[in-house]
Amino acid sequence: MASTSEVRIPANSIPVSRRAKASIAVVGTPNSGKSTLFNRLTGLRQRIGNYPGVTVERHVGILKDASERIELVDLPGTHGLTAHSMEEQVTVDAVFGHIEGNAPPDGLLIILDASNLYQGLYLAQQLLELRLPAVIALTMTDAALAAGYEVDIDEMSTCLGGVRICPVVATTGKGIGALRDALESLHDTPAVEPAPVWPELTAAAGELAERAGLHDAVVARALISNESTAGVRVADALGAGHGEALEVARAALFAEDPPLAVEARRRYAWVRDTLDRVQGRGTTHEALLARVARFLNEPWPGTIGLFVVMLVVFQAVFAWATPFMDLIDEGTAVLAAGVHQQFGDGALASLVADGVIAGVGSVVIFLPQILILFTFIILLEDSGYLARAAYLMDRVMRSVGLSGQSIIPMISSFACAVPGIMATRVIPNRRDRIATILAAPFMTCSARLPVYALLIAAFVPQQSVGFMNLQGLVLFGLYLFGIVMGILTALLIRKTALRGPRPAFALMLPEFRRPNLRTVTMQLLARAKVFLYRAGTVIFAVAVVVWALAYFPRIDNMPERIDAMVAELPDEFDSAEREAAMQAIENRAAATQLEQSYLGRAGKFVEPVFRPLGWDWRVSAAVIAGFPAREVVIAVLGTVYAVGDEADEATLSGRLKGATWPDGSPVFTLPMVIGLMIFYALCLQCAATIAVIRRETNTWRWPLFAWSYMTVLGYVGAMLAFQLGT
Amino acid sequence: MTEPEQSLATMKPGETAVITRIRDLDINVQRLMSLGLVEGAEVQLAGRAIGGDPLEFRLFGCGISLRREQAESFLVAPAGSGG
Repeated sequence: MASTSEVRIPANSIPVSRRAKASIAVVGTPNSGKSTLFNRLTGLRQRIGNYPGVTVERHVGILKDASERIELVDLPGTHGLTAHSMEEQVTVDAVFGHIEGNAPPDGLLIILDASNLYQGLYLAQQLLELRLPAVIALTMTDAALAAGYEVDIDEMSTCLGGVRICPVVATTGKGIGALRDALESLHDTPAVEPAPVWPELTAAAGELAERAGLHDAVVARALISNESTAGVRVADALGAGHGEALEVARAALFAEDPPLAVEARRRYAWVRDTLDRVQGRGTTHEALLARVARFLNEPWPGTIGLFVVMLVVFQAVFAWATPFMDLIDEGTAVLAAGVHQQFGDGALASLVADGVIAGVGSVVIFLPQILILFTFIILLEDSGYLARAAYLMDRVMRSVGLSGQSIIPMISSFACAVPGIMATRVIPNRRDRIATILAAPFMTCSARLPVYALLIAAFVPQQSVGFMNLQGLVLFGLYLFGIVMGILTALLIRKTALRGPRPAFALMLPEFRRPNLRTVTMQLLARAKVFLYRAGTVIFAVAVVVWALAYFPRIDNMPERIDAMVAELPDEFDSAEREAAMQAIENRAAATQLEQSYLGRAGKFVEPVFRPLGWDWRVSAAVIAGFPAREVVIAVLGTVYAVGDEADEATLSGRLKGATWPDGSPVFTLPMVIGLMIFYALCLQCAATIAVIRRETNTWRWPLFAWSYMTVLGYVGAMLAFQLGT
Repeated sequence: MTEPEQSLATMKPGETAVITRIRDLDINVQRLMSLGLVEGAEVQLAGRAIGGDPLEFRLFGCGISLRREQAESFLVAPAGSGG
């Protein structure tokens, strides 16, 4: 049977499947509906990996309902074969076959937006010059018709050397069948002879290609840009003595002008001629979405609209998520209690209930908030609104040394800095990008929220200030504080270590589009998976380690000592008094045990360091334990205050209120609590963020800087609050 | 020659013009050129953000946003004037 030969391939292996009949690269301009079409063609048979050395995700899928195994590789959108950002670089290197461990594609699926053929034809022509078997999928033909453009498909094919063009409507699936057939037979289809757009370049490249033993198109790209990967390869192949051959050819082709400018002029002149032949003008009837778009283009309505949108998002994240979060909270409590009931209070039961369930549960509780926030962000992005937000906010962001494009990572960081920092890839300028990365962790992420919520509920009085509530005002102030500190950091870094000229700002503003439900759902599922994976690995490990540090070493004769103390209880106690006394003994025993544990010793050891901040050893230990993931602090506070003299209080906030120094004065005074919240607002207590900064900047310099800088800021801020307030 | 030079930055909302010359061909300008802002391209100013910057243009049906300082590199003549 054929199925017995099925080989299971590890999910992360790079050569996806050698058994695929053909590997087709999916290339298109940004916003051409590429992901929607890719999802349509491959369904759920996708695999996400990484390209070596960079963090750009490699999406690979297998063509659905095909008789042969055809692999599709979804590449980041690009406007041409000269890369201006990290993602474009991946696309360019992939189609040339310049990525290590990745063979050149067997064919190309070129995705063009019928309503933006101007830039689409520019890209398509460059790709066809690679002389690979190719098929063009023309998307948004309905939108183009509505905008008054009718595309003559036959004429367009003729202009592009006879390449096959399949019009599709990805949302309804119209035309998908024909496209699938074309893809299935693509590897047997010969490449078309591309239109002679720039014969001089072709001739010069052909001559040198023969000498270098490389593909014509690689040499042509090298002539246009010697800094590109192609340029480096060609220079290597020609050897040291022949470098001037390239220079001679360049001088003949470009004279004094920059090659990129010459290329743009040559090719776009051809594009304009082609558009005249291909695109007929029909009647325009403005769609409702276009009218909404025009209104949101007006400066003031647009800006006010942006603030309304952001307000709705925050409201949704905090209000709608509550019932789900309560549900998870109760679920974990019931589960942990069940474990104790079933298996007693032994080490293993304690590990499962107090370590794993409590620890992981305290993180999974954020899943509803994160999903709601991501739903909004994906919807805003898919509809084309985030690009508009970047446009509207550019002036404000520029005044603090960033650009409009920084707004998207900053908004994402309110959920979690990790996807926020990953979203900085759209910023082409390196300095802007790093400044944004350093500002992002200051945004109040969803892991800070529960810490704030706990402390505010316990220590900020419930009173109204004008029409606002004092507690709400403090929370709002903490959000604002994070934003201001992030912006000041960006400003500071842009004026010192990353000083440099203001980069150009060019942003494509796509038309508003109705987001595709399927695409939104798939992105959301992917996000949820990443989050839960993190909860199952990093957080799980931290929870277990913290539990072990708090549990070991055990005091040997503790049970005997408890028995001895119980035996000494006066006989005249009634059962209630006896119960209370025994509870007190057990609490004291547990407190002694905790003080003797590694966590307790560590807390005592570092206590002098945090003394100027007004923290006792328990708070110090919790904060230290929270460095890998700040949300852990709640779990640890819960553990250390679950025992000892304060344990009589039912709730954690009640126990915190009752916590005292040995002399009887309260630990949690208002200045100390404010300091603690400032510490949480400023400190980079998140291993995942540090790791993602390392990955995205490709050096340890920035994550180490960010961590040290933010830790010092947090410490000084908390100390100032405590010392000035006391 | 006495008339001030018209550029993408001096256009009025709704106005359409053709790019006639591009100056200061630095890497940023070259990048904009590879997005299609080249001599001979017809461009319409679709709108401006608060404070008049950045600017939003329509270029053969697609929207593109530029800052004023970049827009100044692109000199224009009114559409249909043959200039």
